Amino acid sequence: MSLSEKQVSQIAYLARLSLNEAQLKDNTQDLNAIFSLVEQLANIETDGIEPMSHPLHMFQRLREDVVTEKDQSALFQSIAPKTSNGYYLVPTVIE
Amino acid sequence: MHTKTIVELSQGLKDKNFSCVELMQYYLNRINQSDLNAFITVTDELALAQAQVADDKIALGNASILTGIPYAHKDIFCTKGVKTSAGSKMLDTFVSPYDATVSQKLNQADLVMLGKTNMDEFAMGSSNENSFYGAVKNPWNRLKIPGGSSGGSAASVAGGLSCFATGTDTGGSIRQPASLCGITGLKPTYGRISRYGMIAYASSLDQAGPMTKTAQDAAIVLNVMAGFDEKDSTSAEQKVPDYTSNLNDSIKGLIIGLPKEFFSSGLDDEVASNIMLAVKEFEVMGAIVKEVSLPNSAYAIPAYYIVAPCECSSNLSRLDGIRYGYRTKDAKNLEDLYLRSRSEGFGEEVKRRIMIGAYALSVGYYDAYYLKAQKVRHLISDDFKKVFEQVDVIMGPVSPTTAFDLGSVKNPVSMYLADIYTLSANLAGLPGMSIPAGFAQNLPVGLQIIGNYWSESRLLNIAHQFQLQTDWHLKTPQEY
Repeated sequence: MSLSEKQVSQIAYLARLSLNEAQLKDNTQDLNAIFSLVEQLANIETDGIEPMSHPLHMFQRLREDVVTEKDQSALFQSIAPKTSNGYYLVPTVIE
Repeated sequence: MHTKTIVELSQGLKDKNFSCVELMQYYLNRINQSDLNAFITVTDELALAQAQVADDKIALGNASILTGIPYAHKDIFCTKGVKTSAGSKMLDTFVSPYDATVSQKLNQADLVMLGKTNMDEFAMGSSNENSFYGAVKNPWNRLKIPGGSSGGSAASVAGGLSCFATGTDTGGSIRQPASLCGITGLKPTYGRISRYGMIAYASSLDQAGPMTKTAQDAAIVLNVMAGFDEKDSTSAEQKVPDYTSNLNDSIKGLIIGLPKEFFSSGLDDEVASNIMLAVKEFEVMGAIVKEVSLPNSAYAIPAYYIVAPCECSSNLSRLDGIRYGYRTKDAKNLEDLYLRSRSEGFGEEVKRRIMIGAYALSVGYYDAYYLKAQKVRHLISDDFKKVFEQVDVIMGPVSPTTAFDLGSVKNPVSMYLADIYTLSANLAGLPGMSIPAGFAQNLPVGLQIIGNYWSESRLLNIAHQFQLQTDWHLKTPQEY
């Protein structure tokens, strides 16, 4: 398997990253090197093996459905780049 | 003063040989004069205020062993009102509105925070060179890396800039810098210490732990850091023992397993002979040594470099330039805001891992990569299970070499190979330690000890017994 620059550019876009020409070239090379290391996984026999998503095989703990947090929106918004009247501001989405 | 352990400083404070404020001024001076770049933020005013509170408690006779002890906090732990950057431009302006559970516990213990330590960006790296704030220098040789990602923490302890430090370990980030800087580092069992407020890299692997001068100090700090936390859904409901209570137990009859895969090609000869001498020391102390095998350990690298990037690409998607953190200037539209904020805010290695994850999780590739890696992870975990039926602990090197030159490893794959001996404990969720065990090329060598789940007490006991017989942990760098 080998990723083309076009594919790497698409992957970057999926992750909302943009790469300039030099970065695209370097990343294509690096990603191909990394995926050729990862290809070893294909040689391992894993039929009937359960995927391990948690080291302790724990299940998600549930708690009572009660309010535990108080409203701290003003504090949390105080560190936002741009807010107005309790809203987070972004560039115009709909003209 | 800066060579003293927690136990010694605590005694000095209690005996009124020095006040906590004097102790802080001493350490803050050392930090200000240091060229190691170990700290991102020095919290001098806060430290002096906390020191005053500690002095008052000591005067009233209300002090615990940790009251007034100066420590350095890895900049991955949220600290209320204090900048928490995770080593990234993305969070350069982020002042946390809340405390991580670990930060809260350390505050409650009346410890004094000197500052936040430098680290690889979002804990991704093995050399501390991936920091927005520049590389950290190894106190043993300023041309060498300190290891990563908890490189600033390790350098601060080894360089006498803090009595101890906190670290986090996703693939070796406590053990490897501890090894390369010649200090004691412990990565507990996954779930032992709360991850709440610890900026997530790979959620199923991340675990915090103490980085100290001695195993005894590590036990004292773990007593405070460990414990179940409702705010962390992966925190384990496991009782916290007193980790200092078994330190003096005999290790006679201890069965040590040496995995043959940990002594294969790629391991530096001098590092290998140091490790074997340390193992011999344990034999003299009455331990029994056995060769064992972890046949799938070579696959830890490919499995880790799928699992961790997949989880990081998901975790770091929250950094979008809207709610907090870096935001690009004059974005044309929403998409441009996302693209430019993330591209300008993240460093090269972080972007690389986000892309690996984004690709491996995408439709059509999920089974071949992420699911496959999770299955291999199971095999790696089963290898350990089998070995722990025959032995009490596993020993081996932490890192295949001693600290390498700053700037010398440019290829990401070569850098990833440096983690070969540490990754498997994270994939299995097992506790692991690094303790000073000698020198090669005039640089520290760490011995790794891996134990079964929840065996932190035993690991600390074994490490403490070794430190009673050896003086590697007492060695300090020349320009110290």
